[in-house]
Amino acid sequence: MIRRVFRPTDLARLWPLLADGALAMAGGTDLLVRRRGQAAVDVALLEGIGELAEIAAMRTGLVRLGAMASHSALAASRLVTARLPVLARALLALGSPQIRAMGTLGGNIATASPAGDSLPPLYALDALVELASRHGRRRVPLAEVILGPSRTALSPGEIIAAVLVRPPVSGSLQHFEKVGRRSALAIAVASLAAVIETDAAGRVASARLAVGSLGPTVLRCPAAEAALAGQRLTPDVLQQAAGHIRAAVSPIDDIRATAAYRRQVAGNLLLRLAAGE
Amino acid sequence: MSERMELSFTLNGAPVCLTTEPGRRALDLLREEFGLTAAKEGCGLGECGACSVLVDGELKLSCLLLAAQLAGRSVVTAEGLGTPDAPHPIQSAFADCGAVQCGYCTPGMTLATSALLAQNPDPDRDAARVALSGNLCRCTGYVKIVDAVLAAGAALRGEKP
Repeated sequence: MIRRVFRPTDLARLWPLLADGALAMAGGTDLLVRRRGQAAVDVALLEGIGELAEIAAMRTGLVRLGAMASHSALAASRLVTARLPVLARALLALGSPQIRAMGTLGGNIATASPAGDSLPPLYALDALVELASRHGRRRVPLAEVILGPSRTALSPGEIIAAVLVRPPVSGSLQHFEKVGRRSALAIAVASLAAVIETDAAGRVASARLAVGSLGPTVLRCPAAEAALAGQRLTPDVLQQAAGHIRAAVSPIDDIRATAAYRRQVAGNLLLRLAAGE
Repeated sequence: MSERMELSFTLNGAPVCLTTEPGRRALDLLREEFGLTAAKEGCGLGECGACSVLVDGELKLSCLLLAAQLAGRSVVTAEGLGTPDAPHPIQSAFADCGAVQCGYCTPGMTLATSALLAQNPDPDRDAARVALSGNLCRCTGYVKIVDAVLAAGAALRGEKP
């Protein structure tokens, strides 16, 4: 339950609120569900801090995605659909129209669910997370921000300000697929994001693969990435890499699927990349 | 307990101002302070869409919005679409198509339809299904609801049925 609600309009006004124990609230779609029936807390809304919602291309070539940009705003952004389609696809598979209008990219990271739908694309894009606090800012690779289910490396009083990604070279293959029990409002049983650069002959110059819902955090699969390097995306090559994915994941049994099913699907998702499909 | 706040926003086209607890759910505020009971609590967890309202034209879940988040916004509930005497074409289409059974999901469905048609006045069935994908119906099934969305679109485009 929520006691006081603060609406700071800039970061300078946010820091003292966090120092006094208020929880930072992004879209609230996770936080308000988790707080139900719990002791009353104060929250500081991040939604009034305009700079946190900006989506922009930077002079360095990076794309800066404000942590408070909603999933629907990101999925509708020309910059995202044109340069980061792997992320746009994942965001359109996330939750429902209402959840996409309310939930934010920063919130999806802070929730640190192994099934967070924005996360496999961000892992595959080698995203950096910009953390901000009254002491300044630091940039940390996403994989070092998320430590485990619901566990992050954020320090007390620190928030996620933005996500920074370098768009893959034009013509790269960007792919996302999620398997769930139904297509909307479903927590992923397994998901795969792939960002693959190929040369003129169709051989893989670099492959980045990340899977969701297959371990305590989203995972990159270096062995599978290495198995694709220098190869064409033929069914045989993909089958071999799929084996590496199945060997790398550590899924669990839960109400949505068995570990064995998840492991099988984790590899199968890669087979979709066969040329021509 | 909670400190109270003065809260001003636009509700179904009219300015409103009241004093309330800022951490109250928008759903409870609408139902208990304004007697607007179209928005309903289904799951209370953001999974069913029965509490959907339009906030600045965007479909959102009033069970996961705090009262304080409505400040300065324009909120539309199903009561703001139309009335029994003067139903909105979306509401008429739901009635005419038999897209209502128990009615619990219907306010949210009509607002989801409104949000869709504002963006896409001539949706196909797939677009309608995506737009309604956050609103669960447990009795009619979705065929007649999708029929109603398309019929509403046609009516709003001025096409004869």
